[in-house]
Amino acid sequence: MQRQVALIKQSLLDQGYLDEQFMELEELQDDANPNFVEEVATLYFKDSARLINNIDQALERGSFDFNRLDNYMHQFKGSSTSIGASKVKTECTMFREYCRAGNAEGCLRTFKQLKKEHATLRKKLEQYFQLARQAGPKETARRPK
Amino acid sequence: MTVGDLSSSPSSSRELHVLAVDDSFVDRKVIERLLRISACKVTTVESGTRALQYLGLDGDKGSSTLKDLKVNLIVTDYSMPGLTGYELLKKIKESSAFREVPVVIMSSENIQPRIQQCMTEGAEGFLLKPVKLADVKRLKELIMRSGEPEDETKHSCPKRILQDDTDSSTSTLSSSLDVSSLDDDTPSSKRMKLEPRAHD
Repeated sequence: MQRQVALIKQSLLDQGYLDEQFMELEELQDDANPNFVEEVATLYFKDSARLINNIDQALERGSFDFNRLDNYMHQFKGSSTSIGASKVKTECTMFREYCRAGNAEGCLRTFKQLKKEHATLRKKLEQYFQLARQAGPKETARRPK
Repeated sequence: MTVGDLSSSPSSSRELHVLAVDDSFVDRKVIERLLRISACKVTTVESGTRALQYLGLDGDKGSSTLKDLKVNLIVTDYSMPGLTGYELLKKIKESSAFREVPVVIMSSENIQPRIQQCMTEGAEGFLLKPVKLADVKRLKELIMRSGEPEDETKHSCPKRILQDDTDSSTSTLSSSLDVSSLDDDTPSSKRMKLEPRAHD
């Protein structure tokens, strides 16, 4: 089962859903803090849900306050970077570029894609963490004592 | 706000007490973990304003309760709503109580003028996010070395923490820490002199 966990993680990395930063976070786990990455991920998804909601509302209003949108996206990109959410981060970057260009359509299009990536990552990570917990702490706790 | 243990004996332990300031939940959690792993006591706050409150620098003259507050390092995000990291840095350096405390700025954006601005204002270093364990370990080493009591030889080689351009990793510290502020009334001019060293 532990091998399965490792394989899932590797595929998430290979497919670009996650990057090095995720591995860095796993290195911070130990027996006393075996679920650190899952805790961070939980925080991330809670926080990003809030941001997505804010952005959705802002976009629905129709009037594009690019500064405000860019500000939300800066936060979103920041936390996505911190957890290693690579594809989401890329969409954030693109969204910000559209904001700076004042391109409303580009923003809408990118945001749709971003939400998709975000939802996919969430599902995959939920699966991953569930399996990891079943497999036991040995696989994810890599930091030597 | 996670409050550190203020009741513990202030000077007996060599454990560093770090105040970490960041408006992002995720980043606060990560930096806290990085610092704890590096055997630091950590207090996290979510804004510059809260940081000033914690340090007793928010204009309230009643600092008697904070007499024993020992903060060895302040690590702050640059882009925060309200008080930015830069503005927080300025306020800390303006205070008599905490101007000697090293302040390190973190940012997800590698903007040279921003870095320069912070270094000129007296920041000890600049870290590019995402901050890694290696960064924190190096940072701690440097702070602990500079904090060692009355070692005259240290002052002869002022150093500073800076993102190292020659290093391949995105967020690194060179082996330098500016201790010139310990015996200098014009820290900024001294730090300006060190500028060329940033490109070692």
